This record gives sequence, structure tokens and C-alpha cells, in this order.
Amino acid sequence: MSLANYMQFFIDPNRCIGCQSCVQACSECDTHKGHSMIHLEYVDRLFSVQTAPVICMHCESPTCAEVCPADAIKKTEDGVVQTARKPRCIACGNCVIACPFGVPELKPELEIMMKCDMCYDRTSVGKRPMCATVCPSQALFFGTKEEIEKLRPRSQPVNQFQFGLHTIRTKVKMMVPKTTQQTHIDVTAALEEQPIDKSFSLESLISNF
Amino acid sequence: MKETQQENLTIAPDGRPQSEQPAWRKDFPIDSAQDNYVARRDFTKFLVLTSFAFVVGQVWIGLKSFFGKQESLPSIKQITSLKELKVGETKTFSYPNTEDKCVLIRLDEQNFVAYNQACTHLSCPVIPDPKAGCLRCPCHEGLFDIKSGYPIAGPPRRPLPRIELEVKDGQIYAIGVEVKMV
Repeated sequence: MSLANYMQFFIDPNRCIGCQSCVQACSECDTHKGHSMIHLEYVDRLFSVQTAPVICMHCESPTCAEVCPADAIKKTEDGVVQTARKPRCIACGNCVIACPFGVPELKPELEIMMKCDMCYDRTSVGKRPMCATVCPSQALFFGTKEEIEKLRPRSQPVNQFQFGLHTIRTKVKMMVPKTTQQTHIDVTAALEEQPIDKSFSLESLISNF
Repeated sequence: MKETQQENLTIAPDGRPQSEQPAWRKDFPIDSAQDNYVARRDFTKFLVLTSFAFVVGQVWIGLKSFFGKQESLPSIKQITSLKELKVGETKTFSYPNTEDKCVLIRLDEQNFVAYNQACTHLSCPVIPDPKAGCLRCPCHEGLFDIKSGYPIAGPPRRPLPRIELEVKDGQIYAIGVEVKMV
């Protein structure tokens, strides 16, 4: 039981109409047990009603799992980063701080972190994730590459992101207009304060003192 | 481990191959296939250490039963006097500890019996019935013979622990407990 390789997740924030259908549908999924794991974010609340759904991007090198001190976040062979393992998670919230996309949610009352796992109970048996099945404008699309090329001839999928100096490649793809020449999306572009433009590591910290 | 799993390994953030990574990455892999994998060496280590723990436990139990034999003699406790207990009457008391409830029964002029009151089935207190010649447990209708303490009906299979008695100077004393397993 694993996710088929040809089935991919595409997010097209342009098409999001902010209807909250995905948010409601997400809580129906059995793996989340009534908790919605989708963040429906306003892009610029003051000047626009444009929203964008945020689901787990399933990074190739997941930062949440890298920082987990309890070894609780695991990636299955099909590239899906699973939610925290209940016996291991200590609800420290490291993953919540570390995730470049702000996906994991801490549930202090349950003493566990929960995150989008692409509805693994559904997708691993060939069904589509809850959010993709209900999205009326198909801003959240789950299907093959050929299907999305046919449906969105003016867009292309991008799965490379930039977070400061950190390059992230993800399993979930973001649809961008074909007219843009950019090969990656800058995650921090919308932030008021840009991250420090230099490599930040323990060695550099020690050498400064 | 299958070859295909090796290829799908998560690449560390610094991008260097698995062989150049620190040892902890191998111990705490991000891929669940690697995480679930138990090496033969680890399994053997587990088996050896667990068996060793069992051996230590057995030795400890053996030593404890060898050196722990010298239990202190049960104390002597006065229960009541001959005058206070008429024939066919009963009296409850605690022996050897306060939580061990016992019952003393005077069968006739010379004969006394005393038993621990906890039924040997599920520890309900048994009720003596000297006229019927039995001790009855109300929980599951267990019956014990009043003279020997052996079960005669119901679920109990073991006799009631018998309290050894001694009559001296018109007083009745409990001097010991006789536990019979069969």
C-alpha cells in the first residue's frame, strides 16, 4: 500500500476562491480525526481577498524531520512525509518552528504534532486526498502530469523553493504562469523582514564569539 | 535491504552522500523503511542482553529464597478467654497482621478451630455456620468443612489457612498459621 508514482499533487493558488471547502473536508479525513490540517491563508489581507491553501509540500529533505529530537517524523518510500508517530512525539514544537511553509500544527491538548499527510489512508489505496476531491475551482489538484498539462496550458509546475539560502525541493508542485522565467519560488518574498542573507551555522556562531 | 530502498534515501540538507554523513544519521534515519529495519547485529544484541537479564533475575530469585528463609517466628496472640466463648459461638480476630482477618469457632467443650476468613477462591470473607458444620462463602456459594477447613462445595479448590491454637490458663492463643496448598 503506497502512493502511486504517477499521481501528483498540484497547487494553483491563482484559482483559490477562499471557499473553505478544503478546510472542512480535511477534517473529514480519517488520519486527522476531526482536525483540519489545511491552512487557508490570506495573501495580503489589507488589500486583497485573495487566499492560498497551504498543505504539506512533502519536501525531499524534510526540515521538520531533520529537527525532530524524538525521531518521530518519517518519510515513506513514496515520498510522503507522515505525521508524527504518536508513541514518539513529545510535542516540543521544533517542527512547527522549522517548517519553511508553516505546515505542522501542535496540539498541546493531545500532546502531539499533527500535519497534512496527503490523506495517506486514501491516496495509498488510489483515492484522491479529501481537499482535492472537494475543491470547486481545482486549486488543489491531484492527478497525473498529463492531466494538469491539458487542463492548465498556460501554467507550469514548479517544485523548487528558496528559503533564504536554503533550497527546498518538494513532492507537491506549485503551478506558476509559463511566462515567468523563474525556476524557483521564494518562500520569504512576502515577509516584511527578510531572513539574514548569509549562511547560518553553529561554526559561524562560535567563530563570532 | 533492497537496492531500490537505497536509491530512495532522503538526501541530507548539505547534499553530501550517505557515506560522508555523521553516524547519527544512520541511527536516526528519516526514511521509514530504514527506520523499521533491524540489523542482525542489533537483534542478536537484544537477544543476548535479554537472556542475560533473565539469568540475573533467576540468580537473584534463587539467592533471595536461599537467604530469605529465616523468617521470624509468628507471634503469639491472645484471642479471647474460655469464659467469653461459649460452645457454638464464633469470634473474629486479626492474625498474624491486622489485615489478616480470622475467625475462631468453638466446636464443643474441648475443641476449637480458627481459620483465615478470606475464601481461597476470590478472598470474600467466609461466614461460619457451626450448626451446619461448615463455613459458607456468600460470593459464589463456596462451602468449607468446619473441622478441617477443606472445601466441600463451590468454586474454592484449596483449604482455608488454619490458625494453630493453644489453650493455656483459660485463655486461647493463636500461635501459628498452617497454609495447605492442597
